[in-house]
Amino acid sequence: MDQPIEPAPCDAVAHLQWMLRARLLEERLSSLYRQGRIPGSVFTGRGQEALSAAIGMQLRPGDIFAPLIRDMAGRLAFGLPAIEAARTYLGRITGHMRGRDGNVHHGLVDQGMLPMISHLGAMAAPCVGILLKRKITGALVAGDQCVAVVCIGEGGMQTGAMHEAINLAAVERLPLVVVAANNGYAYSTPSHQNFVCRDLVDRALGYGLRGWSCDATDCRAAWQTVAQALAAARSGDGPQLISARLLRLAGHGEHDDAAYIDPALKAAAVDCLDQGRQLVLDQGLLDQAELAALHTTIKTEIDAAVDQALGEADPVASDESWQIFADPILAAGAGAQA
Amino acid sequence: MSSPEATTYLAALRQAMAEVLAADERVFLLGEDVEDPFGGAFKATKGLSTAFPGRVRNAPISEDAIAGAAVGAALDGGRPIIEFQFADFAICGFNQLANHAATTFWRTGKPCPLVARLPCGGTPGGGPFHCQMPEGWLTAHPGLVVVAPGTVQDAYELLRAAVACDDPVIYLEHKHLYYHLRDPGFSAGGPLLPLHRAAVRRSGRDCTVVTYSAMVQGALAAAEGLALEGIDTEVIDLRCLKPLDTETILESLARTGRLVVASEGWPYGSVASEVITQVCAEGFHLLDAPPRRVAARNTPIPFHPALWSAHRPDANAIQEAVRGLVNF
Repeated sequence: MDQPIEPAPCDAVAHLQWMLRARLLEERLSSLYRQGRIPGSVFTGRGQEALSAAIGMQLRPGDIFAPLIRDMAGRLAFGLPAIEAARTYLGRITGHMRGRDGNVHHGLVDQGMLPMISHLGAMAAPCVGILLKRKITGALVAGDQCVAVVCIGEGGMQTGAMHEAINLAAVERLPLVVVAANNGYAYSTPSHQNFVCRDLVDRALGYGLRGWSCDATDCRAAWQTVAQALAAARSGDGPQLISARLLRLAGHGEHDDAAYIDPALKAAAVDCLDQGRQLVLDQGLLDQAELAALHTTIKTEIDAAVDQALGEADPVASDESWQIFADPILAAGAGAQA
Repeated sequence: MSSPEATTYLAALRQAMAEVLAADERVFLLGEDVEDPFGGAFKATKGLSTAFPGRVRNAPISEDAIAGAAVGAALDGGRPIIEFQFADFAICGFNQLANHAATTFWRTGKPCPLVARLPCGGTPGGGPFHCQMPEGWLTAHPGLVVVAPGTVQDAYELLRAAVACDDPVIYLEHKHLYYHLRDPGFSAGGPLLPLHRAAVRRSGRDCTVVTYSAMVQGALAAAEGLALEGIDTEVIDLRCLKPLDTETILESLARTGRLVVASEGWPYGSVASEVITQVCAEGFHLLDAPPRRVAARNTPIPFHPALWSAHRPDANAIQEAVRGLVNF
């Protein structure tokens, strides 16, 4: 444990592209929300894209990803088509959730991306269960294990569900990576009213697992920290806890003006997207014109996806089967009202 | 209730677990204290971790994580069985059962086949937190199948059928029946039976008693007593509490015209109240008297055996309810 780990190199342009896709998609969705075209609300990961994209990009087929509310970048990088995100927000019948669930509650179950439920901490134990099942069936390859990444905030870290799941993963020594994005506020409640330890990474010691801490507004730090934690988990080092410091550059949802955020924090805030742009310029990977062209290309791609979803059909209540059972015997014979 | 050599309810459900573990590599078992040499608080899993190394696993005292782990394993193609040590403690895992397992197929179209075993029901001295019947709150949530075996054969059949089911199944095993209920005629290895069909345990003309779990035995005892008074009672064992086999209940009421629903659970928002609601909605014309509910008293479950016996319904309470309807 605790041997130094060489992080996988970061393709700064690719990283920026996933961040930008998420930002532009969420800006478009927020705009639709303000037009009254999206039921409920829209929840963005503004300011958290560097961390989220670093996760989605570094996961492989066979890995498990349990993204949270602010992980559009990770979802897209993991393989979610932008149109699926739009379909779910719009509640379209064409989407995976078919209007039965919405906003950020979607996934790609067969590809290992779990569709979150709203209850914070609730996605960690299913990740542990998948890894445990694979351990039991001999599907974890020694030295190069598949991993499960569960994303959570500093607010969600205070749930009993997270404690139980992390501890179970530790007891079974499973390749679970917990990414705790401490964005300063759990809805309106500042971090100091959620926990009083110096850094959430300190909890790793209590669980007997390895911890990592980073400033996740820094694209390179976010990438490298995720890379190191993933490598450690794959190698058989057991669960890993990442504490990532950043700031939510938006409300909890688009219905929330976030007036409660400390003005000093706002003034000092670093936008990881700006930092990512500067990085590719400084490294000479793109020039200003190429950066502008990239923006235009991605904007066009996102708008096309959202426009297509806008043109698709809503669910029709009279066509809904209201079928609650998957089992064919129950579905066929158990009676609709029962 | 029979010869000591006869198969117990506990042995039957253990045998079902051994068979599904042997037959299906997707099956594993997770719970508190389930491994040998202890073999579970009630010995339900005794011998299984030895027979199936690595596939019967102790978990920390973490009901939420145990239930959540089952959700994940099910989504990954597993057929997990989880054991809550007492049904009362399943409340600590309720979020994963009600909000996750129950909603997954509806939301995503992906099945979530898990079996949660909940040792339920009263034993003297168990008190408020080791005797509960959880079916009221579990049947309220769409997406969960809830079964409650009341016979030794069903302890076996319903567990096998639960593991074969593509939906999350809550398996309510009654603690009092573990060793007290024996069946010399128990037979294993037959074809899988449908888990959602009620069974007529005793035919009668005068009144139908619908019940489940340990109250099946109470209802059968009540019926024998009533027969001496010339009252012919039909006893229906629901077996599956959700979905409900309303058809079998209505067929019975077409013969008897009178309904008593007997349950060890609390009365409010209960399986008993749901049965009566469905009967009133679909079979009001079949009724010759208002349906009666025989349930536990509406307080926490008392500790002292004298209070405990008075808290839960028994054969006498069922007889009283039946007499009341027959003389209505």
